[in-house]
Amino acid sequence: MDHLTKLENRSMHILREAYANFRDLGMLWSIGKDSTVLVHLARKAFFGHVPFPLIHVDTDYKIPEMIKYRDNHAWQWKLDMIYGQNIEALESKKTFPHGNCTRLECCRLLKTEALRATLNGTGPRYRMNHETGGYELENNPAPFTGVIVGVRSDEEGSRSKERYFSPRGQGNDWDIGEQPPEFWNQYKTDFAPGTHVRIHPLLDWTELDLWEYILREEIPMVSLYFVKGEGKRYRSLGCWPCTRPVESNAGTVEEIVEELRSGKFSNIAERSGREQDKEDGGGLEELRKAGYM
Amino acid sequence: MVNKNYVNENMNIVIVGHVDHGKSTIIGKLLADTNSLPVGKLEQVKETCRRNSKPFEYAFLLDALKDEQAQGITIDSARVFFKTDKRKYIIIDAPGHIEFLKNMVTGAARAEAALLVIDAKEGVMENSKRHGYLLSMLGIKQVVVLVNKMDLIDYNQQRYDEIAAEYNRFLTEIGVKADSFIPVSGFMGDNVALASDKMSWYEGKTVLEKLDLLKNKQDVEYQAFRMPVQGVYKFTAGGDDRRIVAGSVDSGKVKVGDEVIFYPSGKESRVKTIERFNAPEIDEDSVGSASGFTLEEQIYIARGELACKKGETTPQVAKGIKTKLFWLGREDLNNSRSYFIKIGTQKVRAYLEEVVTVLDAVTLSKNARQSVKRHEVAEVIFRLEKAIAFDKAESLKENSRFVIVDNYEISGGGIVVDSLEEEQRQLRENNAGVYVNWLESAVTKEERAVRYAQRPALILVSGKKDLGQKAFAKYLERGLFMEGRNTFYLDLGDAFQNIDTTAINATEKRNENLRSFAKMSSVLLHAGNIVIVTVTDIRQEELDTIAAAIHKQSVKLLWVGDAEAQDLHIDLLVKEHETKERVYSKVKKMLIDAQIIFQPYDFQRGSA
Ligand SMILES: Nc1nc2c(ncn2[C@@H]2O[C@H](COP(=O)(O)OP(=O)(O)OP(=O)(O)O)[C@@H](O)[C@H]2O)c(=O)[nH]1
Ligand SMILES: [Mg+2]
Repeated sequence: MDHLTKLENRSMHILREAYANFRDLGMLWSIGKDSTVLVHLARKAFFGHVPFPLIHVDTDYKIPEMIKYRDNHAWQWKLDMIYGQNIEALESKKTFPHGNCTRLECCRLLKTEALRATLNGTGPRYRMNHETGGYELENNPAPFTGVIVGVRSDEEGSRSKERYFSPRGQGNDWDIGEQPPEFWNQYKTDFAPGTHVRIHPLLDWTELDLWEYILREEIPMVSLYFVKGEGKRYRSLGCWPCTRPVESNAGTVEEIVEELRSGKFSNIAERSGREQDKEDGGGLEELRKAGYM
Repeated sequence: MVNKNYVNENMNIVIVGHVDHGKSTIIGKLLADTNSLPVGKLEQVKETCRRNSKPFEYAFLLDALKDEQAQGITIDSARVFFKTDKRKYIIIDAPGHIEFLKNMVTGAARAEAALLVIDAKEGVMENSKRHGYLLSMLGIKQVVVLVNKMDLIDYNQQRYDEIAAEYNRFLTEIGVKADSFIPVSGFMGDNVALASDKMSWYEGKTVLEKLDLLKNKQDVEYQAFRMPVQGVYKFTAGGDDRRIVAGSVDSGKVKVGDEVIFYPSGKESRVKTIERFNAPEIDEDSVGSASGFTLEEQIYIARGELACKKGETTPQVAKGIKTKLFWLGREDLNNSRSYFIKIGTQKVRAYLEEVVTVLDAVTLSKNARQSVKRHEVAEVIFRLEKAIAFDKAESLKENSRFVIVDNYEISGGGIVVDSLEEEQRQLRENNAGVYVNWLESAVTKEERAVRYAQRPALILVSGKKDLGQKAFAKYLERGLFMEGRNTFYLDLGDAFQNIDTTAINATEKRNENLRSFAKMSSVLLHAGNIVIVTVTDIRQEELDTIAAAIHKQSVKLLWVGDAEAQDLHIDLLVKEHETKERVYSKVKKMLIDAQIIFQPYDFQRGSA
């Protein structure tokens, strides 16, 4: 069995285990390449369907094209699409672009905090109405007990230590020193009330594996990943004030694969364009302990 | 796609060994010397060390957590991606400290081969052995031993040979054969990515060369088909009316048209189509695949069934299992509470019935105790609330693996070595006629117990030949009878021994004897008797079979004479020359304590 099929099968197995064990299950979809591959893997695992909602944490600083891509595909693939937002922070302009806090603090408010509130149901959730194509505020949202997230081990240090099924405490926190054992296709699917489990089907994939798979499966990607004349493309997508495009000539998936395999990015870390990592001493450990993806 | 850089094989390797023996350093150095680190990473780590006035460590390339760096120790297994011209590797850097053994197991269980590191200066330590033992339990057959820090012993061959020999002895004792031994210095880089010029006496491979020579797991298709059902999907959106049985194929293969049978339910149907999304149509699927198929005839099955193929080896179905496990829970494994066992996609409540032996994975010494402590390895018997389907480890390892969940946490894992119900089922089939009669009895067990002031029990009197067992058994029968108990004595003599064990049908013969004996005693026990049986030199497996066959009735084993060499669960050990009277009173006390005999109920006084 070739390496992509092996990775694909393992991820599908994990997705099915998640679906069987968590009644209130959702998948985070950031519109980036990782979680878009996850959506594709879910459609494969469930034979063309995605039997749980997709959740997008909208910081309001996402590149507009991402939102357009999200809504188009949610509509086309009939996805149960939800988004959440930290309205309070946005309205009071407590953000980095407004100069009212640091990058890390901004990340904490617009992502970690918004995520926490969206997941546990205390914050607003907007759900796509497939008849109108618009979003509607959801009444009495139930807390999610299982959340599928597309993080990869090769992204940064704390993610290299993750479990496929990783428990989060009452406050969304991650006790990194006390992770449960996990072996032989048996995962942590039992959890105490008030806690939830993060499910990570992509841990064993590298950035190169991912693009090789995108090529093989012909998964449509948001065009920001490709160079369109001006010699720049995004390698990792985040909020526009904190994510820089990289210099590149890759205009197609083939060219990206080549660039990662033996070209200019074959030995340059993916997240080198993310500014907030630098404030955290090169990693995301602190943010992630508090509930970041 | 033709491209010389295209590598389409991947493999997971774990690196294990005692704390501080240099696992992370070796991997860090391997990455550095093969230019596998992202640009700037090495400089960044060096700079951080300089700023914090700490000596530079290659281990910091992997020990990413703040606590790990502060304490200079690996806490949790890290996945490290590494590539050669042959394969893409995930190297799993496991922690060596005993406190983090569960993290080591987590990492090692994902691997197909292991590197085991031993510090040349410190030598073989506790966790060098414990990790070695666990690797074999986890089913990892390829182990390469790295004798590290050779620079600290001046690259001395003699010391290296001593350590290699000592560790090899241990591995031999636990039935493992090391793939090879390599002398290395993780810090200096000798024999890691580059051959060392300081050990001309060593002619073997470097670690890097060795990696590519390890064998990737062979996908075995000729084994019986096994697919634990993860779910039966019927997604009706968009008019989809397929009902798909989904799961990952653990072994063997399945084709359209195959007759499939699901266990434990025993329901049968035929494969109609194999379903996939965004992939070419196929009519056969095999091991490793996250599969799904529809059935010709609609049967009701759900998650937790094991899909098998008719005509192939059938799995075991049982409510009693004998297992070999390692325990990772903070609290002991004991019989004071219930657990959940997870095997394949089945999950059922489990009760610890018996701890057969507890093994210290370091000293390999065995001891008898009724609980298993954290980090111990043991052979134990579980009773399950419902029958489960599985294979024995000797026949199909993948499908014999289970974990135990204690209060939300996976707390142990192991393999099923035997099914206790199998023999019991055979015995039941054999006793079918007799069973019907018991079920029809109009008087209940409790009513009998009140009337006779006793509960049925089987007292086995055993030991080496001719130590006065028969005389004592008769004395016991007479004594209990005189006290008003219903009792019956039976001599089996050498019934189980009297078989030429080299004969082809020896096992069959013994099972036959066991069966007829169990049949007889079942009738007597159901009639409410205390049955006394003498039998020479009984063995634990025979005891297990008997116990399983007469379920829920008490069995007590009284052993006369020396029992040191026996691996037996003995209830009462009697010395060779103890007087009959003395032994009699001991037996009586045992029966009273076990509430097998009690005072008759006094209806006048309203008490016993
Ligand atoms: N002199 C010398 N020191 C070494 C060598 N390999 C490792 N060390 C040192 O041994 C110490 C422990 O090394 P680590 O790589 O952290 O050990 P480890 O086995 O990963 O430890 P844990 O993961 O905590 O079990 C560090 O200070 C290393 O610099 C070697 O080959 N020679
Ligand atoms: Mg280490």
